[in-house]
Amino acid sequence: MTEPLLYELSSPGRRALRLPEVDVPKVALPEGLIREDLPLPELSEIDVVRHFVRLSQLNYGVDTGYYPLGSCTMKYNPKVNEDIARLPGFTFTHPLQDPDTAQGNLALMYSLQEWLSEIGGFAAVSLQPAAGAHGELTGILIIRAYHKDRGDEKRTKILVPDSAHGTNPATTTMSGMEVIEIPSDERGNVDLASLRGHCDESVAGLMLTNPNTLGLFEEQVGEVIELIHGCGGLVYGDGANMNALLGVVRPGDLGFDVLQYNLHKTFSTPHGGGGPGSGPVGVAEHLVDFLPTPVVGVVEEGDEVLPPLYGFVRPKKSIGRVKCFHGHFGVAVKAYTYLRMLGKTGLREVADHSVLNANYLRVRMRDAYRIPYDRICMHEFVAEGRWEDAPDIHALDIAKRLMDYGFHPPTNYFPLIVREALMIEPTETESLETLDAFVEAMLEIAENARSDPELLKTAPHKTPFGRMDEVKAARELVLCCWPVERDAL
Amino acid sequence: MAYIPHTEADRRAMLAAIGLERMDDLYDAIPQEVRFPDLNLPEPISEMEITREMLTLSEANLEVQHVPCFLGAGAYNHFIPSIIDHILQRNEFYTAYTPYQPEISQGTLQAIFEYQSLMCNLTGMEVSNASHYDGATALAEAVILALNQHRGKRHKVLLSPTIHPHYRQVVRTYTQGMGLTIAGDESLDISSAMFAEMLDEETALVAVQYPDFLGRIEEFSSLGEAASKTEALFCVVVNPLALGLLKPPSEFGADIVVGDGQPLGIPLSYGGPYVGIFTTRQQYVRKMSGRLVGETVDSRGQRGYVLTLTPREQHIRRDKATSNICTNQGLMALATAVYLSIAGKQGLREVAELCYHKAHYAAEKIDALDHYSLWHRGPYFHEFVVACPRPVAEINDQLLEYDILGGYDLGQVYPTLADHMLIAVTEVINKEEINDLVDVLEEVAHD
Repeated sequence: MTEPLLYELSSPGRRALRLPEVDVPKVALPEGLIREDLPLPELSEIDVVRHFVRLSQLNYGVDTGYYPLGSCTMKYNPKVNEDIARLPGFTFTHPLQDPDTAQGNLALMYSLQEWLSEIGGFAAVSLQPAAGAHGELTGILIIRAYHKDRGDEKRTKILVPDSAHGTNPATTTMSGMEVIEIPSDERGNVDLASLRGHCDESVAGLMLTNPNTLGLFEEQVGEVIELIHGCGGLVYGDGANMNALLGVVRPGDLGFDVLQYNLHKTFSTPHGGGGPGSGPVGVAEHLVDFLPTPVVGVVEEGDEVLPPLYGFVRPKKSIGRVKCFHGHFGVAVKAYTYLRMLGKTGLREVADHSVLNANYLRVRMRDAYRIPYDRICMHEFVAEGRWEDAPDIHALDIAKRLMDYGFHPPTNYFPLIVREALMIEPTETESLETLDAFVEAMLEIAENARSDPELLKTAPHKTPFGRMDEVKAARELVLCCWPVERDAL
Repeated sequence: MAYIPHTEADRRAMLAAIGLERMDDLYDAIPQEVRFPDLNLPEPISEMEITREMLTLSEANLEVQHVPCFLGAGAYNHFIPSIIDHILQRNEFYTAYTPYQPEISQGTLQAIFEYQSLMCNLTGMEVSNASHYDGATALAEAVILALNQHRGKRHKVLLSPTIHPHYRQVVRTYTQGMGLTIAGDESLDISSAMFAEMLDEETALVAVQYPDFLGRIEEFSSLGEAASKTEALFCVVVNPLALGLLKPPSEFGADIVVGDGQPLGIPLSYGGPYVGIFTTRQQYVRKMSGRLVGETVDSRGQRGYVLTLTPREQHIRRDKATSNICTNQGLMALATAVYLSIAGKQGLREVAELCYHKAHYAAEKIDALDHYSLWHRGPYFHEFVVACPRPVAEINDQLLEYDILGGYDLGQVYPTLADHMLIAVTEVINKEEINDLVDVLEEVAHD
C-alpha cells in the first residue's frame, strides 16, 4: 500500500505548469540574491493527481463512515457550504480592498457576529481567532486586560478543572499567568470545596468547559460561577462542547463572561485533516471594549432603501490583533450558510439529537463497558476500555479493533481523570441504524477481549496499514525528505 | 434543515431505551430559569433559497477577477491551477480530523510529511512543522521558541520596521503577558545595519522580512553573523513564492524561517484561511511548537507516517507546553503541497520571474511619469513603493472608476509614508493592464 513520495516520483525535466510568455521586456535579476538550485520535484499533472488521489484513499473521513471522536464533533459537513464558500465573489476578494467594495463580506461577518452573540448570550463576538485554542488565548488575554485596566494587577492565577482539555492550562501559561488545578468530585463536577479554598483576590479567572469533558453538564454551574465572581474573577467558557447547548441554554445567561465557539465543531465546517478551524470569541458587556481588533460594525445606519454601511472598528481597549487580516473568512462563510439554513428551530434540533444519540449509546453500551459517571449525559460520554478479567486489553486495543469494523475509533486516553478512557461523541447527524451497528461492534469487541485477546492486541487487520512504530519515529526523527537521485531508486 | 436522519419512530424508540418520555427530559441538569431561551434568529430556509441569497451577497463585493489587482501587502492574487481544488475537495481529506489514528490517516500524514519536505527544500532549513495559523502567528511562535531557547533569561526581541505591520501587532498581542521588550520597529529609518548594533546579551531574537513589506530585497549575511555572535536567534519572514527565485534564508544564517503560504495556491478569500510556514534548524526541533509528522514503519513492515514528538504538545505537557496550538491549517498545507508539486522546480522559478519582470516594467513606467517617483532604488521583487502627488485613497477611488484596484495606502501604517502607494504586480497581470494603470495614474495626478 506504500505510496511513493513526490521526490521519489520526480524525473528531471518533467513539468506540469505552463505559463504565458513574458509580455514585458526582461530586466536583469539582482546580483548576489538569486538562488542556484531550487530543489523541488519535477512531475507531470497526472503524476500529481494520482499521487494525491491515492493518498486520499488511505484516509478516513466523515464521508467515509462513522466518526464518533469525542470532543471533536465530527458531524456531517454539508456540501452546499463548500460550494457557497467557493463563490468567486467571496474567494476573489482581497482582505485590504476598501471595505466599501466588500460590503457582501462585511454584511456576512456582521450577521455571523450577531447570531453567535445571540446563540451564546453575549454582547459581542470577534471572528478573528483561527481555532479553538487560539480563541482560548484571545479570551484569557481579554480577562487579563480587564483586570489590568481596573488597576487590579495582583490577579495572576487561572483556575482550571482537572477534567479540562490540555489547551486550557497551556493557554494560561502563554498568557503569562499561573495555572491552579481544581479536582473533580465523585459526580464529575468541579469540586466546590476545593474551588472555594482557592477563591481569593489573586484569581483572575476560571476556565470551565461546560458540558465538561465527561460529557456532563456542570450541575452546580451557578455556584461555581458565583464563587468566581464573588472573589472578583471572571469565568472563561471553553465552547468546544456547544453542540449540546444550541437553543437549550446560553452560556452568557449562566454567567459566563467569555467563551470561544468552534465553528469547525458545532457549526459543521469541515476539519480538513487538522484545520483550518475557526474559534470566534463572545464576550459579555463589560468585556466588549477588550475584543481583538478589528470587529465588524455598522458605520452608517441604513434606511428603508439603503442597507447599512459596514466597516471595521477597533474596540476601545482592544488586546490587539491576534491574526493577520480578519480571521478565517472562508470558514465563516460555511458556518454562516449552515446557521442561516438551520435557523432558530434547526439549532434546537441539533442539540436534541446529539444528546439523544449520546444517551442512547450510553445505555446500550453500559452492560459491557463501565461508565464511571453514569447519568444523563449531554452530547458525549466517557466509558472505560478495561476489564478485570481481560487484564492485557487497553483502550487502545479496542480503538484499533474498531477500525476492522469500518468505524473511526472514539477519542482515547482523554479525559485524564478516567482510566483507559473511551470518549464517545456520536453527533446528531448519525442514524439509529449506524448507532446500532456501532454498539454491535463494541459488544463483540468486549466479548473478544476475553475470548480472543490477541485479536485485539494485533488489530487492526483490515486497514491498509497496521500499527505504527511510534518509538522509532520519535527516536530516528525523519521529518522530511530531500531530492532523490534517480540512480538511487 | 439540520441534516438529521431520525424518524419520529426512531426518536420514540431511543427515548424509551434511555427511559425518558420527552426530549426535554434530557436537560434536567440545566437550571430551569435559563433553559430553552427564545432565540432571536431567522427562520430556517432551504438549500435552494440559501444558494440564491448567498450568490446575491457574494456579488455585492468587488471581485479581483474582474479588475486588475495591484493590491498585495501580504496577500497576493496569483494563478491557482485547477488541480488544487479538485484535490482539496476529496472528501477523505477535508472531512477527516487530525490524524490521531495513523492506520486510517496515512493520506493526511503523508501529505503533511510531503509539505514539511517541500518547505524544508524551499527555505533551505532542516525541519518544518505541520503549519501554523498564518504568517503572523508563525512569527509570534518564533518569538516564543527563542524565549524558551534562552530559558526565559533574555527579554528583548528586535523586529524590523518593515515586517508586515499585522505580524508585528500579533507578536505584541501574543506576548503581552510575558514581560518582553519589543524594539527596532519604532521608525522606518532603522536599517538592518543598525540592527546589528542593537543586538546585545538581552536579545532573544531578531526578525526581518525578505522581501520586506515594502517589496525590497536585502542580503542579511552580516546581520545573521551579528545575531550568531550574541546568540540571539535570527528569524526571517519570507514570501515563499519569492524563494522560487531568491537565495534561501539558510544561506545567510537564518535560525528560523516563517511566512505565509497563501501565494502558493491559496485563494485570497478575504484574508483566510491561509497557512503559516515554520521551518528551523534540527537543533531547535524539540522547542518548536505545532504538530510534526515523522517517518516510521508499521507492524507489516510498510513505510508509514505518524504524529511524532507529541510530548512537546499541550495535551501531554499541559501547562508546561510551549504553545497551546492543536488544530492547525492541514487542508491549506495540502493546498501548498499540491501547488509546489504542480509548479515544480521550473514552474515556481518561472512564476517568480514573471512577477519580477512585470513589476519592474510597471515600476519603471510609473517612475517615468511626471508626478510619481519610485521611493526606493535598490533591488525589489514584485512589490514597490511609489511617491504619489495626492493622497493614495483619492487616487484609488479614481482608479476604481476605471476598474483598476490600486495599491496599498502606506500612510495608514507609516506616518512618514503618507501619499505613498505600495504596488504589487503578479503573473496574472498583463502588459495592457499595466499600461492602463500607468495611463490612469497620469490622468489622475491632479484633482
